[in-house]
Amino acid sequence: MIAEPMPATGHDQPVRIRNLTRGFGGRVVLNDVSLDIPAGEFVALIGKSGSGKSTLLRALAQLDDDAEGGGTIDAPENLSVLFQDSRLLPWHTVLENITLGLRSPDARARALSVLEDVGLGGRQDAWPNMLSGGEQQRVALARSLVRRPDLILADEPFGALDALTRIRMHGLLTRLVSIYRPTVLLVTHDVDEALSLADRVMVMGEGEIVLDRRVGLARPRVKTDGAFADLRAALLGALGVDE
Amino acid sequence: MTDHANIEPAGFLVDRTSQRRLRPTPALRFAPASGRQRGRPLVPRKISPAALLFGPLAMVAVWQLSSSLGWLPENILAAPATVLSVGTGLAADGTLGKHFLASATRAYLGLAVGVALGLVLALLSGLTRVGEASIDGLVQIKRAVPTLALIPLAILWLGIGEVMKITIIVTSVLVPVYINTHAALRGIDMRYVELARTTGLTHREFIRQVAIPGALPGFFTGLRLAVTTCWTALVVLEQINTTKGIGYLMSRARDYGQTEIIVVGLVIYAVLGLLSDALVRLLENRALSYRKVIGT
Repeated sequence: MIAEPMPATGHDQPVRIRNLTRGFGGRVVLNDVSLDIPAGEFVALIGKSGSGKSTLLRALAQLDDDAEGGGTIDAPENLSVLFQDSRLLPWHTVLENITLGLRSPDARARALSVLEDVGLGGRQDAWPNMLSGGEQQRVALARSLVRRPDLILADEPFGALDALTRIRMHGLLTRLVSIYRPTVLLVTHDVDEALSLADRVMVMGEGEIVLDRRVGLARPRVKTDGAFADLRAALLGALGVDE
Repeated sequence: MTDHANIEPAGFLVDRTSQRRLRPTPALRFAPASGRQRGRPLVPRKISPAALLFGPLAMVAVWQLSSSLGWLPENILAAPATVLSVGTGLAADGTLGKHFLASATRAYLGLAVGVALGLVLALLSGLTRVGEASIDGLVQIKRAVPTLALIPLAILWLGIGEVMKITIIVTSVLVPVYINTHAALRGIDMRYVELARTTGLTHREFIRQVAIPGALPGFFTGLRLAVTTCWTALVVLEQINTTKGIGYLMSRARDYGQTEIIVVGLVIYAVLGLLSDALVRLLENRALSYRKVIGT
């Protein structure tokens, strides 16, 4: 189904965050966070609302002009953001949305190929309004991947999708990440989503990383697996949830 | 002036006709499931576009009847039949054509310049801080001043010729275009600005691919108001130093008490207004075709 996979970019730049502090109007949201993500690693960041996980992502994406704070961030320049909403421009076709801001002459060909990858081959001339929520999010994924990003910052990208569509998107993302090999930081509040997708899971609470675990499980991961259940319990414990 | 008029999106009309075509045959219609649904519906059912003509047609019928019965004297209001015969007579001998051409030239020249100017001012004001600081206040002041109140000054500055007339039309047309386009530009979703930043759009690309398409619906609202506004000032303007134009025709008819010619003028304005509006809607539907699909 995947049409001629593009070569991985061969980048090797890790993400390195040191003593990152962010606040809004005097309220501290990120409190002295330091973090390393090796190139190519898939990290899921979970936490309750207001824990600072989105603030961390927005700091990496340089979308936090309105915040106060300090610290250093080293991250690949070629990064791409997947938002919770697909954020497609309604007046652009699917193809125009995917190639938004691209200037290379082969942008169109690359976009069509990535569109095949996300299972929407032939839909390049459709208006975003004609697509279902899941399809729109797949176009957004194509818009990210076509840039061959070294780092994908995903801010609850599946949060607005129904449960079945979400499961299919998990499979798609896992498959595409294994081909394109970007570093991924996925912000989510869904423990199961984090455990199905990530190499490493971190829990944020009150502006600090309170738990950092590798997920050494083979894929595809099964929820009924004992190790899966143990990790799940540990994460829920760190989130302060009793089951 | 209704600059912010809430105009029903054109897509609704499309829906209405398609629903009509899809109406089930009586055999397939379900009986109401509960007694509560019987009786008068809470919301009136939709009517067909042709049914919208009922009001105007009924008015003409009552009007004609009153005239025929002698309740409505000709010096108060001419009968529809008289208006029709006088109108076709004026059209046949070329009088109407001459006056219409003169008026249309003024109105549409003013419209073209006014729309272009309103659009440029809205872009300058909506996209730059200097523009907003220098332009927006002035347009708001212009909005508060009745166009006709500017005529005395305009005559002193620009004389009594065509330039003055067209300038007045320009100033009245640019206001609705500016206000609606500017509001739409200001209302562009911040989320799209974030997207533009993360996809590395340049300022020029942002304006062309995000700001202008995003402001287009507002521009069309302004344009729909402008195509009728450009005619409103004419009636007064065409009393000044001219012997051609619908406004001239009407004000002369007033002097002579010819109500039938006054009504001919009114009918021309009404028809032009409806046609212009339909034309702009057509353009709007083409330009904003992505909106037509109300699916998910």
